[in-house]
Amino acid sequence: MTEQEILAGLGEIVEEIAGVPADEVTPNKSFVDDLDIDSLSMVEIAVAAQDKFGVEIPDDQLKDLTTVQDVVNYVAKNAQNSE
Amino acid sequence: MTPLHSFPPAPGARIISLGGYQPGNVVTNDDLAAQVDTSDEWIRSRVGIISRRFAGPDESVADMAVVAGGKALAGSGLAPADIDLVIVASCSAEAPIPNASAIVAHRLGIGAPGAYDLNAACAGFCYALANAADAVRAGTARHVLVIGSEKMTAWIDPHDRSTCIIFADGAGAAVVGPVADGEPAGIGPVVWGSAGDLAAKIGIPDRHSYMYQEGQAVFRWATTAMHPIAIQACERAGVAVSDLSAFVPHQANLRIVEAIARRLGVPRERVADDIVHAGNTSSASIPLALARMTERGDLKSGSPALLLGFGAGMCYAAQVITVP
Repeated sequence: MTEQEILAGLGEIVEEIAGVPADEVTPNKSFVDDLDIDSLSMVEIAVAAQDKFGVEIPDDQLKDLTTVQDVVNYVAKNAQNSE
Repeated sequence: MTPLHSFPPAPGARIISLGGYQPGNVVTNDDLAAQVDTSDEWIRSRVGIISRRFAGPDESVADMAVVAGGKALAGSGLAPADIDLVIVASCSAEAPIPNASAIVAHRLGIGAPGAYDLNAACAGFCYALANAADAVRAGTARHVLVIGSEKMTAWIDPHDRSTCIIFADGAGAAVVGPVADGEPAGIGPVVWGSAGDLAAKIGIPDRHSYMYQEGQAVFRWATTAMHPIAIQACERAGVAVSDLSAFVPHQANLRIVEAIARRLGVPRERVADDIVHAGNTSSASIPLALARMTERGDLKSGSPALLLGFGAGMCYAAQVITVP
């Protein structure tokens, strides 16, 4: 999985759950401040990301993932570890 | 050898009638915003609540249970003496002794029934309904009054905005009785369980403390672990999800309700959203929603509805019922 593939997949998830167009989900955006996504939607995104990428993002990790790039990095790193 | 049961065993049980009660004190989001740092917009978007009811200072779990139970009893066409068992599901009673159910039975003129309180938190009504159906089938009771009654505000810190915007007070009740020979059961097999490994996610630390919950963890659990339970309940009842006239989950948070419904594939118009004007009333939320939906004529008599209770413990229970 390349970072581009993860970013595209994450964009689809955010669009489906929060109604934010996927093309607005760019790496340096903050979920809370730029995309107006709240903590409960973040949980839904984490659950959907687990279904899509096979990477679990526990709540205690989730709180530290503030930007789109943070989530991409987390998924890339942990997908690698599980391979 | 004496008989093992007091009544003839029944082929199945059904809900005969319903009753709901909300206290008179309407509390709006703006009312709450005057005491904690929150807003109408914030509350609506996070939990989907517009208003809720708070019990009066002297109004108890038993008081509310009496009103809801009395309505259900009146709607059943039965006399108080016909009730053999009273179960009050509650997790917010003022004190553990005496139990609410015996007091409620006495005040409704039900003479010397079996009476016990049941605490499975927000899953309590579904647990109690399953016990009632089992009692009727086994012949240990002929008619059972099942009530969920909660004064959550007694255990909520009015200055904790993570809980005070969600929880509220109220009661809902159902009269359960046997089906006639040859009739299908009106209360389907229960699918229940618990996840004690997560029990610390919701609690009241001691008698001098208020309730707390870890919102994100509870949200994740409810939106990932509950829809498979609901599907199992439908399978055991032999009812397709697409045939349900209504999905009535515990009114925990509108976001949770909608997320579970989406995963189940139940269209939004068939999903109970009583929380909007009732708040989260724990074990009362399902019977309160059912009573209101039947009063409004939203539910077709004889159609299948899916109930799903879940909450602290973490306890859960689901069953398909036939709308009375």
